[in-house]
Amino acid sequence: MSAAHDDHHHGPAKGISRWLFTTNHKDIGSLYLWFSFAMFLLGGTFAMVIRAELFQPGLQLVDPNFFNQMTTMHGLIMVFGAVMPAFVGLANWMIPMMIGAPDMALPRMNNWSFWILPFAFAMLSSTLLMESGAPNFGWTFYAPLSTTYAPSSVTFFIFAVHIMGASSIMGAINIIATVLNMRAPGMTLMKMPLFVWTWLITAYLLIAVMPVLAGAVTMMLFDIHFGTSFFNAAGGGDPVLFQHVFWFFGHPEVYIMILPAFGVVSAIIPTFARKRLFGYDSMVYATASIAFLSFIVWAHHMFTVGMPIAGELFFMYATMLIAVPTGVKVFNWVATMFRGSMTFETPMLFAIAFVVLFTMGGFTGLMLAITPADFQYHDTYFVVAHFHYVLVPGAVFSIMAAAYYWLPKWTGYMYDERLGKLHFWLSFIGVNVLFFPQHFLGLAGMPRRIPDYALQFADFNWISSIGGFLFGASQLILLFVVIKCIKGGKKATAQVWEGAQGLEWTVASPAPYHTFATPPDPKLIHDQ
Amino acid sequence: MLPKAKLWLALTIAALTTMLSTSLQAAWDLNMPQGVTQISRETYDLHMQILWWCVAIGVVVFGVMLWSIINHRKSKGAVPATFHESTKVEIVWTVIPFVILILMAIPATRVLTEAYDASESELDIQITGYQWRWEYRYLRDDMNEEEVSFFSNMSTSREEINNQLPKQETYLLDVDNPLVIPINKKVRFLLTSNDVIHAWWVPDFAVKKDAIPGFINEMWTIVEEPGVYRGQCAELCGIDHGFMPIVVHALPQDEYDAWYAGQQEQAAATRAAANNTITMDAALAQGEEIYNRTCVACHQAGGTGLAPAFPALAGSSVVTGDLTENLQLVLNGVPGTAMAAYNRMLNPVELASVVTYIRNSFGNSTGDLVQPADVNALLQEAQ
Amino acid sequence: MKQAKQNSTKRLVTRLLFTVVGMFGFGFAMVPLYDVICDITGLNGKTGEQVVATQPNENAPLSDRQITVQFLSQNAAGMDWKFSANEAQVKVKPGEVKVVSYHAANPNSYAMIGQAIPSVAPNEAAQYLKKLECFCFQEQPLEAGETVDMGIRFFIDESIPEHITKLTLSYSLFDITKSSSSATKVTQR
Repeated sequence: MSAAHDDHHHGPAKGISRWLFTTNHKDIGSLYLWFSFAMFLLGGTFAMVIRAELFQPGLQLVDPNFFNQMTTMHGLIMVFGAVMPAFVGLANWMIPMMIGAPDMALPRMNNWSFWILPFAFAMLSSTLLMESGAPNFGWTFYAPLSTTYAPSSVTFFIFAVHIMGASSIMGAINIIATVLNMRAPGMTLMKMPLFVWTWLITAYLLIAVMPVLAGAVTMMLFDIHFGTSFFNAAGGGDPVLFQHVFWFFGHPEVYIMILPAFGVVSAIIPTFARKRLFGYDSMVYATASIAFLSFIVWAHHMFTVGMPIAGELFFMYATMLIAVPTGVKVFNWVATMFRGSMTFETPMLFAIAFVVLFTMGGFTGLMLAITPADFQYHDTYFVVAHFHYVLVPGAVFSIMAAAYYWLPKWTGYMYDERLGKLHFWLSFIGVNVLFFPQHFLGLAGMPRRIPDYALQFADFNWISSIGGFLFGASQLILLFVVIKCIKGGKKATAQVWEGAQGLEWTVASPAPYHTFATPPDPKLIHDQ
Repeated sequence: MLPKAKLWLALTIAALTTMLSTSLQAAWDLNMPQGVTQISRETYDLHMQILWWCVAIGVVVFGVMLWSIINHRKSKGAVPATFHESTKVEIVWTVIPFVILILMAIPATRVLTEAYDASESELDIQITGYQWRWEYRYLRDDMNEEEVSFFSNMSTSREEINNQLPKQETYLLDVDNPLVIPINKKVRFLLTSNDVIHAWWVPDFAVKKDAIPGFINEMWTIVEEPGVYRGQCAELCGIDHGFMPIVVHALPQDEYDAWYAGQQEQAAATRAAANNTITMDAALAQGEEIYNRTCVACHQAGGTGLAPAFPALAGSSVVTGDLTENLQLVLNGVPGTAMAAYNRMLNPVELASVVTYIRNSFGNSTGDLVQPADVNALLQEAQ
Repeated sequence: MKQAKQNSTKRLVTRLLFTVVGMFGFGFAMVPLYDVICDITGLNGKTGEQVVATQPNENAPLSDRQITVQFLSQNAAGMDWKFSANEAQVKVKPGEVKVVSYHAANPNSYAMIGQAIPSVAPNEAAQYLKKLECFCFQEQPLEAGETVDMGIRFFIDESIPEHITKLTLSYSLFDITKSSSSATKVTQR
């Protein structure tokens, strides 16, 4: 490659301007991943405050209002700041390399969609310093608590959500355009790695529901400042309508956070089982059906609002149906491991933990779908345990698995396997000690979002907090491993993992600043 | 690494088994309570049934996986097989879960249909959520009957919450006025809210429903055993969401009837007492008690308030200023702030006492003694 | 080749942007959509937005069924009027027209405007409660110290399902003095 006479083949610019003005998918991917990690630590700090307050009965550290601000900010920052940008970061880094494209389809928009994010989160976080305090109405911000009764910082929250939404929409458009238009010759849709497939479907979900969220917060804005009554019963509105609009966004949003995780795990398990993924086609169809079903189950979050029985039954049945395609996925992963030749490097450990713990979260999800039982589970710690099982050892573990899996490709060095495994085992133990007892708390009747609790909940809360501190502290190991890996270590080969398949492993490690400026040899493209 | 994985799985399974085996002795601790109504028992059975299905599926799926992890590892010289699809297998593991789901859906539908049938109730009670208390109003057949209605506030002291006093057994789950219902009668609850969305939940009855401002929801229960049952608000409703418990006393019919008659008498007596005069000492004593129950959460012990949301009462221009204005403020609240209207939450004697108390405490020394009749005059002004 | 690719990307992005705008609109469209669905199914226990013009069929013989209609009242936060039903409940045959009333009193030394919002439990019964006249459709101004009796004329539709024997009509009274369009009138008076 001769850099001198070809503008498009130069290396990265120097200094800060490299990052500010970059249109390179790898740089932007790195920015997303670092940003997401920073938000993970910030949201994690809020979680530590919550677990510290709940360590013992009684109010020790924070007042109830600040506690509510912590639960709200923890949820918002983890969902919109940590998990979603991490997956966008992975998509930026890997999708062009996986489909043999030189870059994303819309590189300048790519830059923009990242760089508005820090502003959104700076605005959101700044509310903590405001006199009224940060939003304290929960990340689901049900009206009228979030409208008529909201602190004045709610307006900043609304604008921050608008910006996050714009960023996600631009990211999604970019991914769809890249996947549909930039594939190398020979890379047919049904030859795409599952990570690309799951992201393509996720991107469509984003485009369908982020505007609805924008609509919901816009209606809130109008109710608060311009005297409309979308959600205000006094003017003929309906607070329950807010919940319908919110969960019409909110349920697909849940799958936005888990579908790319399915893609990651579907890449890692075959690599370390040294065996092709079982049932590629059914994986694609299962993903698509989950995405479709996600649009018709939203009201299972609202079984206690007093819907007519026909509505309750419809949403119960539809929700139960989701277990079928999700089950197919789990069975396929197990079948991939079955009669493979497995090794257990850190990415594989995280992927296996994902399969087990995500499935446990899926089981509790099925229990929650059963409407009469949900009357008992709803808004208790059982729900908290459920969605943390699918989001932490689910989505977050898959992101960590992905980070370990592709780190050698990104940095050119192998990460420290011993530290990686230490990180895994501490996280695995921590996450279970943290969230498993919360099932018991919920069943025993502890409501969620309370700063203090009755004495019979004391033991499990104490255990849960210990698990929380362990899990929180072990994430610093990840930071250390990543920095160590960037600085140096054992040189990684292009192949990196013995059993790895796919175009990203055909380029050198670290991946050159520009890859696939000319399309790859179609012979390199295999069936998945 | 592997022994650890096994150990952990074993521990998880052990925890699960413990949870199930001990559930009979200590239902409150690890598992859903079976409760004291037919619906709550059916809900519990449903819950256990689904749980066992999940455990069974988990054992099979994780069992196969664990077996593969142990036997199909490279270090044991395993050679990867080459199979990677089978339509037959895919159909099998699509159909089997589907059948299991239908088996789950049938009892679920049955229980839900029962739980939704609130018709033919024998006693109707209106429950209204407030930030952060419940109001119970027993519906009458005739407006000429004396009405029984009261507010139910958490009675756990702030000292216990702030770790200055040892916590009692019913910490955070005690109220001043519990809801009282008869056993073996179909009681229908009509739920609504004064401000934001709350949710009324008693686990032992397996009833939980949202109280939504401007809307009315219904649910019902038939409690079979006399006893004291406790629950909490389940929907985030603001600062003191964690501090609005629910306590229900279920009494045999005759005891309930006696209690209800007593409440009616008391309501009549309260109306009459509004014409009595009270002494300064009595007013200060009762006022202090009401202050510590009702006002202290925001205005704090010593009337110091909690800036910026909750103004101090010590030296406040309102509390040391015009008496009528002060009374109006307590009666009608301050719209748009946390200061609620107390005209219905406290009776005239209580209102007179608490206003007397705040005007003569925390260094305030107006010397005013408010009489119930003064309060009544303001309340009645409209008529 | 490259040009064709760019054009197709442009077309794709335009289509996706239209979808985004469309979905944003759909978010708002959910509001009237929801109202329509509620009107048809009584989803949220709201009674119809307007009085009905249709009268019950006077020639049809009244059935023997007796349905109990309970009347509840509830003040929203910041609304300190006295507000209650004048009757606890009435028994009514389907098709029979009844008149009941609520009492409201403004105890304050200033004028206010109230608005009552109706809701019915069980919510499936909402669509069978037909109101011929109702105070809930209007803003209710009250001078300082003024009282008013507000009437409802209604009947229960004959098609009400057999299993509904009791229904509850609840009114929540809100203070809309600040947001009301006639607020200026009140202050001028």
